[in-house]
Amino acid sequence: MKVKEYQAPRWNEPIIHELTSPGERGFIPPQAEEKIKKKVGDASSLIPGSMLRKKAPALPELSQAQVLRHYLRLSQMTLGMELEIDLGIGTCTMKYSPKINEELAGMIADIHPHQPAETMQGLLEIAYEFGDKYLREISGMDAFSFQPPGGSVGCYNNALIMRNYHRDKGEPERDEVITTIFSHPCDAATPATAGYKVITLYPDPETGIPDTEALKEAVGPKTAGCFITNPEDIGIFNKNIDEWTGIIHDAGGLCSYDQANANAIMGVTRAKEAGFDMLFFNLHKTFSSPHGSSGPGSAAVGVTSELEEYLPTPVIIKKDGAYALDYDRPKSIGKVRDFMGNLQVVVRSYAWSMALGAKGLREAAEVSMINSQYLVDKVKKIKGISLTYPGRRVDQGRWSLEQMKADTGIGISEVNRRVIDYGIQSFFTSHHPWLIPEPFTPEPCETYSKADIDYWCAVLEKVSEEAYSNPELLKTAPHNSSNHRIVFDGFNDPKKWAMSWAAYRRKHLE
Amino acid sequence: MGDDFVHPYIPNSVPSIKKKMLEEIGANNADELYAEMIPDRLLLKREMDLPPALPSEVDLKRHVSELMAKNKTTEDYISFLGAGCWQHYVPKVCETIQNRSEFLTAYAGGSHSDLGRFQANFEFQSLICDLLDMEVTGIPTYDWGAAAGNGVRMASRMTGRSEILVPMNVSPARLQILESFCGSATPEREIKIKMVEMDKETGRVNIEDLKSKMTAEVACVYFENPNYLGVIEADAKEISDIAHDIDAESVVGVDAISLGVLASPASYGADIAVGEAQPLGVKMFAGGGSCGFLATQDEERYVAEFPMRLVSLATTSVEGEYGFGQALYDRTSYMARENAKDWVGTTTALWGITAAVYMSLLGPQGMKELGETIIQKSNYTAGLIEEISGVEVPYRGFFKEFPVKFNKPVEEINKKLLDYEIFGGKDLTKDYPGLGDSALYCVTEMHTLGMIEKLDAALKEVLA
Repeated sequence: MKVKEYQAPRWNEPIIHELTSPGERGFIPPQAEEKIKKKVGDASSLIPGSMLRKKAPALPELSQAQVLRHYLRLSQMTLGMELEIDLGIGTCTMKYSPKINEELAGMIADIHPHQPAETMQGLLEIAYEFGDKYLREISGMDAFSFQPPGGSVGCYNNALIMRNYHRDKGEPERDEVITTIFSHPCDAATPATAGYKVITLYPDPETGIPDTEALKEAVGPKTAGCFITNPEDIGIFNKNIDEWTGIIHDAGGLCSYDQANANAIMGVTRAKEAGFDMLFFNLHKTFSSPHGSSGPGSAAVGVTSELEEYLPTPVIIKKDGAYALDYDRPKSIGKVRDFMGNLQVVVRSYAWSMALGAKGLREAAEVSMINSQYLVDKVKKIKGISLTYPGRRVDQGRWSLEQMKADTGIGISEVNRRVIDYGIQSFFTSHHPWLIPEPFTPEPCETYSKADIDYWCAVLEKVSEEAYSNPELLKTAPHNSSNHRIVFDGFNDPKKWAMSWAAYRRKHLE
Repeated sequence: MGDDFVHPYIPNSVPSIKKKMLEEIGANNADELYAEMIPDRLLLKREMDLPPALPSEVDLKRHVSELMAKNKTTEDYISFLGAGCWQHYVPKVCETIQNRSEFLTAYAGGSHSDLGRFQANFEFQSLICDLLDMEVTGIPTYDWGAAAGNGVRMASRMTGRSEILVPMNVSPARLQILESFCGSATPEREIKIKMVEMDKETGRVNIEDLKSKMTAEVACVYFENPNYLGVIEADAKEISDIAHDIDAESVVGVDAISLGVLASPASYGADIAVGEAQPLGVKMFAGGGSCGFLATQDEERYVAEFPMRLVSLATTSVEGEYGFGQALYDRTSYMARENAKDWVGTTTALWGITAAVYMSLLGPQGMKELGETIIQKSNYTAGLIEEISGVEVPYRGFFKEFPVKFNKPVEEINKKLLDYEIFGGKDLTKDYPGLGDSALYCVTEMHTLGMIEKLDAALKEVLA
């Protein structure tokens, strides 16, 4: 397959503040009616003097078309998933989000969350039924909440449930949680934020399989529970997962399943049979909602009936044939997010699941898994690249460019800057620590056709050839992108970093 | 799976393609492959029991539209609801940019291929900093409450102290989120929340009570301005000074849309500013429009404590060309896992980009005029309905929200107002029993004089 040169838009667009033209304006707010002005007087007379803004904010001044043009140009210089073969961003490769679902989600744009429940029955029905009829069956859990607005908050939510559960049981001394190094970082960071000490288990160095003996040694009277991603972020499914939950339960702990990415196992294997007490799905991943440049997303948290009373409030319930919001839950953990979470994401996920049904969801899982095997076989043949552990990967694999780096000096940083010259997005490497050197993590979910996967692999092969024949080309990449190689030593230097135009101006222009 | 199943979202569901791929893999079917990876005892050996599928977009759209038709929206009814999610006008350009495929579907690409995304993130940071008179912020977080949670935890780490002071006039929902963030599975790491009285006459922070509770254990005072009851904290400078006197941090939460007319957090000595950006061009989405921010001045001791990604302007190999990257990335949970500053994750970047467009459109003049309109309309509404017998508006000096005290239960009034196609204010009865039968009313630029008069007329009838 022949790879195509791609030329990204290159607008050399200034920062918006540089486009300011004093006096211009992009929007005129409505004025208060004369009757109102006459009655209440100047706005400044209604504000305590100490709190009146005296110096106008340093916002830029532009006309409407100029603002639109600027942000359209910025959008053009962004390689969104809908424009390219985005399967290189594994652990959370985004699938296609049907365009119709944008319209459906938009139908709740003007709903206020504190409206009486009787005026949002349609929305509450969608959320309730999606949890009740779909997610309960897909996971085997008993009750769901959509309040967590992202995967990490779903994980945090479960850490709070764990905290309250042990307190209620009179065992607050349980202050340790267990995770694995190839579980997503949120499985360590959010329990830590909730006050837990985190024990991280490493896999068998030969097989990459989570080490059951290490788990047995780690548990004890201080164990509050575990936070486990499975399949792990390297794509290996822990075959002993039910034994793991048994060990945690025997020690008196709870088990939280990170199913943010359940893409290749929907309808294949479930949290319930694996022995988990709670889980979260990232709806903006497994259940199709666009990533929005990094949110808003949504985590659906599911729990067993034993833990249902701990769910955050309000809980959407069905009572006497009508849907309602239940705030009266004495054992609830309280709140992890205001209101009911990102329900526009839930609407999209409901529509997507409905479009597929039981057969289609299983088909999406199977095709993701088959795509993954197909991609593994192709990438294995490319020079300088290896898959670190043996055995099949379910949904994604974590590969290494260690050999290429040793042979040519070219690693993942350079490859990532070169693949974009062929119109595919830079790859996700790996969270840290990099146990696998020079890593990358492709995940060819069901959205991608055989031809897409073939093209993506052809680009990787071409770049590998270049690394061996002309490494300079990669060292100086990108060549066709929206800008050039970053040359800046200030990201960790307080004198140089600039997180705002005001800071940049002060540090670099004055 | 049946051989005839082809779905438009799954290209490789075409049987002949799938067969060819399986041949190349060397397998007969998916089950055989799963069996190699997942133990038999964990496999679900039946079809899931789910509602019938609607594979045609035509049927799907009809089905969801029918459900949605059961809703009433703030376009159908006149709404006086606020309390953390507000109805403001969204300029069309905001939605045009927000719906661009590139921003809508970008995720975690590199800073070259996603140059525009990084620059839009940076511009959000720059513009919100302009409103706050601060210099550092990052990718926006989930909501105001989460930003407040991160903010007080920063203050606690920086000061090494484990108590925070919070006045009674903050949002009850945000207080619950703060409680989540302040609790700990390890007792010695718990942050204790001590409540400060509010002044019953003014609705503001009770300064004397604040002073009396300010001890050497206090990491910060967290207050809101305008506070949850809508009242502008005229003594904001004094609150910050009281915190600074004992080397505690002043953390303030603000509604970003007020900052065209209200003093900036930095101007009254706030060290950490948090707040809500949803009013800046993001629709309410039943609460799904929330977008929190956290900002400070550009001092290393603050920057080192941020949990979120911080996009920094940078240079490239070409003279004069901009690039971007992440500052102090090692502090994030993507790098440091359990040793990180709280955590980083998928938050609300798209709303941040939308807010950047909004702030660019309005500019300083637009933000000022908008604030003036809101404050005039809200004050007019309060004055008008206060004339009704059985209605009292206890506080003045508010921005866009104000409690209204009735002589009848709010639940009953709000139910009757639905007959007039009006959503009455948020019921405060349970959260603020001291205010009696009160509701929090919100008036913005969306309310015309006619709508305000409709409320007045309806209340007169309901309360008669």
